[in-house]
Amino acid sequence: MIPASRRRLAVLYLIVAAMIAALGGRLWYVQVMSGPQLKTLADANQTRDIVVPAVRGGIVDDQGKALVTNQTAMVVSVNMMQLAQTTPDDGKAVLKRLAPLLHTSYRTLSEKTRLCTKGVKPPCWSGSPYQPIPVAQDVGDQTALQIMEEPKQFPGITAQVQPVVDYPMPDGANPAQVLGYLQPITQREMAKEHLAETGFAGDDLVGQAGLEAEYNSALTGRPGKRTVSVNAGGDVTGTVGETPPKNGDTLVTSLNATLQSDVQSVLNNAITKARHAGNSVNQGAAIVETTSGRVVAMASYPGYNPNVWTNGISENEFRYLFGGSSGEPILNYATQGEYAPGSTFKVTSTAAAVADGYSLDGTYNCPSNVSIDGQNFNNDGEPPLGALSFEQALIVSCDTVYYGLAYQMWQADDNKADFQANPNAPVQKMQRMELAWGFGKDTGVDLPEESTGNIPTRQWLYYLWKDNAHAGQNWCKNGSEYGSYVQRIEWQDCKSGYTWEPGQAAIAAIGQGYVDVTPLQLANAYAALANGGTLYKPRIGEALIAPSGQVAAKISPPVARHLPVSSYTLSYIRNALHGVVSNGAGTGYAAFSGYPENNGNYCVAGKTGTSQSFGKNASSVFASFSPCQHPKYVVLVMIPSAGYGADAAAPAVKQIYDDLYGLQGHKAALPGGRFPALPKKVHQ
Amino acid sequence: MSGLGIPSRGYGGPRPGTFLPRRRSLLARGLERGGLLRSWDWLLILGTLALTGIGIMLVWAATAPGLEQAGADPHTYLKKSILWAVLGAALMFVVASIDYRRFRRWTPYLYGASLLLLLAVLTPAGQSVNGAKAWIALPGGFQIEPSEFAKLGLVLSTAAIMSRHRDIGRPSTGRPSLKAAGLAILAAAPLILLVEREPALGVMLVLVFTLIVMIVVSGIRLYWVVAGAAIAAGGSYAVVRAHLLKGYQLTRLTAFLHPQANLTGAGYNGYEAKIAVGSGGLHGQGLFHGTFTGGNFVPSVQTDFIFTVAGEELGFVGCAVIIGLLAFIVYRAIRIAWRTDDMFGMLVAAGVAMWFTFQSFVNIGMTIGIMPITGLPLPFISYGGSAIFADMIAIGLLQSVRRHHTLFESARLPF
Repeated sequence: MIPASRRRLAVLYLIVAAMIAALGGRLWYVQVMSGPQLKTLADANQTRDIVVPAVRGGIVDDQGKALVTNQTAMVVSVNMMQLAQTTPDDGKAVLKRLAPLLHTSYRTLSEKTRLCTKGVKPPCWSGSPYQPIPVAQDVGDQTALQIMEEPKQFPGITAQVQPVVDYPMPDGANPAQVLGYLQPITQREMAKEHLAETGFAGDDLVGQAGLEAEYNSALTGRPGKRTVSVNAGGDVTGTVGETPPKNGDTLVTSLNATLQSDVQSVLNNAITKARHAGNSVNQGAAIVETTSGRVVAMASYPGYNPNVWTNGISENEFRYLFGGSSGEPILNYATQGEYAPGSTFKVTSTAAAVADGYSLDGTYNCPSNVSIDGQNFNNDGEPPLGALSFEQALIVSCDTVYYGLAYQMWQADDNKADFQANPNAPVQKMQRMELAWGFGKDTGVDLPEESTGNIPTRQWLYYLWKDNAHAGQNWCKNGSEYGSYVQRIEWQDCKSGYTWEPGQAAIAAIGQGYVDVTPLQLANAYAALANGGTLYKPRIGEALIAPSGQVAAKISPPVARHLPVSSYTLSYIRNALHGVVSNGAGTGYAAFSGYPENNGNYCVAGKTGTSQSFGKNASSVFASFSPCQHPKYVVLVMIPSAGYGADAAAPAVKQIYDDLYGLQGHKAALPGGRFPALPKKVHQ
Repeated sequence: MSGLGIPSRGYGGPRPGTFLPRRRSLLARGLERGGLLRSWDWLLILGTLALTGIGIMLVWAATAPGLEQAGADPHTYLKKSILWAVLGAALMFVVASIDYRRFRRWTPYLYGASLLLLLAVLTPAGQSVNGAKAWIALPGGFQIEPSEFAKLGLVLSTAAIMSRHRDIGRPSTGRPSLKAAGLAILAAAPLILLVEREPALGVMLVLVFTLIVMIVVSGIRLYWVVAGAAIAAGGSYAVVRAHLLKGYQLTRLTAFLHPQANLTGAGYNGYEAKIAVGSGGLHGQGLFHGTFTGGNFVPSVQTDFIFTVAGEELGFVGCAVIIGLLAFIVYRAIRIAWRTDDMFGMLVAAGVAMWFTFQSFVNIGMTIGIMPITGLPLPFISYGGSAIFADMIAIGLLQSVRRHHTLFESARLPF
């Protein structure tokens, strides 16, 4: 070795020694001097916060019968993806080991976990293949422990406490669209509501429609937090602190399960009957509401089984729910259906005429047809009936009386505004009354999905024209002066779609033309008529009951407004509607044959409605209230494309009263017609 | 021996030729000066085995909880690391038995083999782990990490080139010429570049520093050393200025300066590692009682971050023992270099010493926040077959140098 190397090796010694000294010194500083401080940091890293989910509150009917129950249950799930990846036989051996633990057979398990693909008959798993497939609910703790403690024996099998939603359907009541449904919370909803992420990602259910969505925050409750210590293996060793969850409140509704079930079947039967009579009906709604704004029953046809939402909805089920060919059962036609009210609208037209100065004591001519602005409007083929009072006109439902009144009112109205394209034009006299009865805007019911319907005000017409003349339906492009009927109308609309013509005014007075209402709007307007003029925002929820049994909140229908109609006029109209059912000439008389109409407790007053729109069968409506004096209930059935109101809707309404009061051998849903008090015992 | 004709001053033992020499045992003969057993550096073997044993225990403690939780055999890593250690020790004895001068003759082939291994990483057989394509898949689920063997290739090739007689500039000084240094750098360049491509920044730095130290220790003229240092300083400044380092390399190199700044990204490893080491305190929490390193808070805990397990579970005392043993191994290696007359042997020993020193310093330093985070195993402690084989072969080379050099008793250490 050369001397230079030896010198440099000596320097290397020193360098190594310096490096070792640096390591040692730093180590002393980190471990001994700042050790305690870092130990605290390390301990903080060794606890984990676990969100303890709150049990969601249920929804019950007015007697406390459960419509929706939410429980947590120990659910055993199979992750087939993991099984297929980790076992050579696609989990066959694992499932064979699992079957006896769950007191079932391997065959059942393998059927439950196979995917519903082409050629596979149910039972099979119709959800996502990536989702753990629940194979057993309400498993005992012992079984769950056995599965969890032997992950080697049961790879891909989990036993977890999960929320289980159930729809008991008491007495067959299934207001699926009213209840709404629950779906796993999305990331966006989570961010929006600032919710804590629970360990059960994707299992947190949130109300997506109906009452479940409307009362979601009260039903959800508040999740608790458990701080646990974690050991070397990441296993939980103990609980450091705990904030218990606050379970969700139970929603008591004013829905009556017995009546709801009856209303559903009455609606179904009426639609079946109308179909047999050759009408192409595919939707309809029936509503029972108290005159103080509480919804007692609400049925929408077609219905669906809400259990399709639990455990993942299949593609077929989804297509059925949202498909046009099935009638879109997901929609609640009681609040979302927009139909022409037909002659049931003559009630507001009468009120508007009286408000405009026409006397309730006067008589009005009912010819077989009237000519307005060169157009002929007839009275549905009836012979001329001569001079009629308002009462008689309502009883026989004379269209020409209202055509005439509407034309006269149109003539006396602000005609200049009728022919100007002006977004700020004043509302016509008759339409102002219709708006005052709550049409043309939300009723404010406690459901998230509601349509507004249409009242053809001048402003509405202006925007209809503006949106469709050169855009939307593009009348100016598609219309033609000498084309088909539709083309001629479009050509006309292109030129003067914004004008409010007398013919339109006449047709709107009998609830047709541009007029559209939702069944709930109509029922609610009749409730205001029946109760003496108070228009409520209807309520389905009646109270929220805390898990302790205490009433957390009472819910009463708020007053929306008062009708600008004198109580004398209202009572006159009520009396006339009694005649519709009791008078032999009344349009509702035949349907109520055999009904104890003369008994003051059961007496029904109502109005038929039949509306025709171009290219469709007539819609059938019957809006009613009962008893005739001091009415308590409004019952309404509305079935588009089902023929005359007297034929389809009125008999259905009569059956609903039979069920409500317990007539004709039916069991009374609300004995004596009394609306029940809040239930003492609530299913939780 | 005893003088003929000189009167005896008493009993001087048996006269020569009177008896046969006393038969001494094989062990005694092995242990006598120049004996077979004395030729081994037993202290080095003892230190190596102690460190390897501690490493096996730490790997076991680091992996058992996680494996148990996953439902696998908690002793998987224990069994495998014992197997690698036994095979590695056998390799060490085999290498030590071969005269190191043979290795000098084999250097071109060994160098070529390590280069080919590195090139194989680029073929489809190469495998990526954590973003670094640094492994070759073997049948049976085994993997080779060629960059570990690249260190051996570099040490041997540099030593061989720097010790060639024809490259000794002037025989009177014995200093290698600048040309030899240039050749050594040229030979090392492909290894360094291939490792850099993987990318394995830590290993690359070890290679570079080992090469530099070997060239310096070879006795090359001091002004060449100074000039080289100046060029290196200018070059690294240019590299930083020209952004030649990849983005991830820069963040990792600088993250250790601000550990809290980027906890979710590059700073996480270092921050968690420091907390783990610090929470051990003076005496540690005891083997298998480290909640932190066992709870999957520290990533790569059985390989690059094995020292965090030592820090948390064995405390300052245990860490000091590990650093002490590493220092002892390096001391023995430099001692061997010091006592070797032969340039090749001296350079091999010095290269191995520098390799172990620098690698240990970076690995431990990154867990206590004084070095940037780079993927790099701790010699003898971290889990990994390729690493332990390469380390053991290096120890074998040290032994071989010690056993076969001619004058191993001639020089005395100054301390």
